[in-house]
Amino acid sequence: MKADEVREHLKKFRVGIAGAGGLGSNCAMLLARAGVGTLVICDFDTVERSNLNRQFYFLHQCGMKKTEALKENLKMIDEDINVIARDIKLDRENIPEVFAGCDVIVEAFDRAEMKEMIIEAVQTDMSGVPLIVASGLAGWGRNDSIRSRKIDDNLYVCGDESQEVSEDNPPLAPRVVIVAAMQANFVVEILMNRKK
Amino acid sequence: MKILLNNRVEEFDAGSLTVQQLLEIKKYSFRMRTVKVNGRYVPPAEYDKTIINDGDNVQVIYLMSGG
Repeated sequence: MKADEVREHLKKFRVGIAGAGGLGSNCAMLLARAGVGTLVICDFDTVERSNLNRQFYFLHQCGMKKTEALKENLKMIDEDINVIARDIKLDRENIPEVFAGCDVIVEAFDRAEMKEMIIEAVQTDMSGVPLIVASGLAGWGRNDSIRSRKIDDNLYVCGDESQEVSEDNPPLAPRVVIVAAMQANFVVEILMNRKK
Repeated sequence: MKILLNNRVEEFDAGSLTVQQLLEIKKYSFRMRTVKVNGRYVPPAEYDKTIINDGDNVQVIYLMSGG
């Protein structure tokens, strides 16, 4: 399939992104470049200087809501992309409503408890919608430890599944972006296998 | 019994185990994790009453903070 045919196909789909930090902002950027038609992006945070070591924001955006800043950046890649930016704190109750109609959902939270929460919500209340989870991206180096695996048709995991973020093991752009790119790559693979 | 645990065959002395017992035996219980048995998501509240039997396909995924 030619590049413009891929874009034409991906344009028909809607992808949910839960969190607009290191994983979510970069994954959204990659999916926008690939040509996904609609992105539903949720976050309640504002851009801070310390985010710029890995997140897809710029100096002049510090203080802006992440959802608004990301929408602005994605529109600079593709003016036709439909970005539904929700300035909202996701929880067990609102996830099925916020991401209703999404063909795939990307888990891009920071805390492990939130990852477990969205897995429970999507696997229980949104059966049939694939969820792409990230687990283990802290630190630097160790390229070979980063992997991705399909658990089943509804659950995919990207990351080393071992390195937890801490004060001495911070998240840095290279490993975060590798994992975000693996998540985006799963999304594209799933959508390219779908007919619409 | 023999089960498929994260795509590998593993053998246990017991005839069946609860998810909670399996997590303890395999020392999986220290970290945040998510569990699927035969493709069905198991909520943490059901770990002690969900039974794993011979031939079951069990997936345990560690969830590490960072994003």
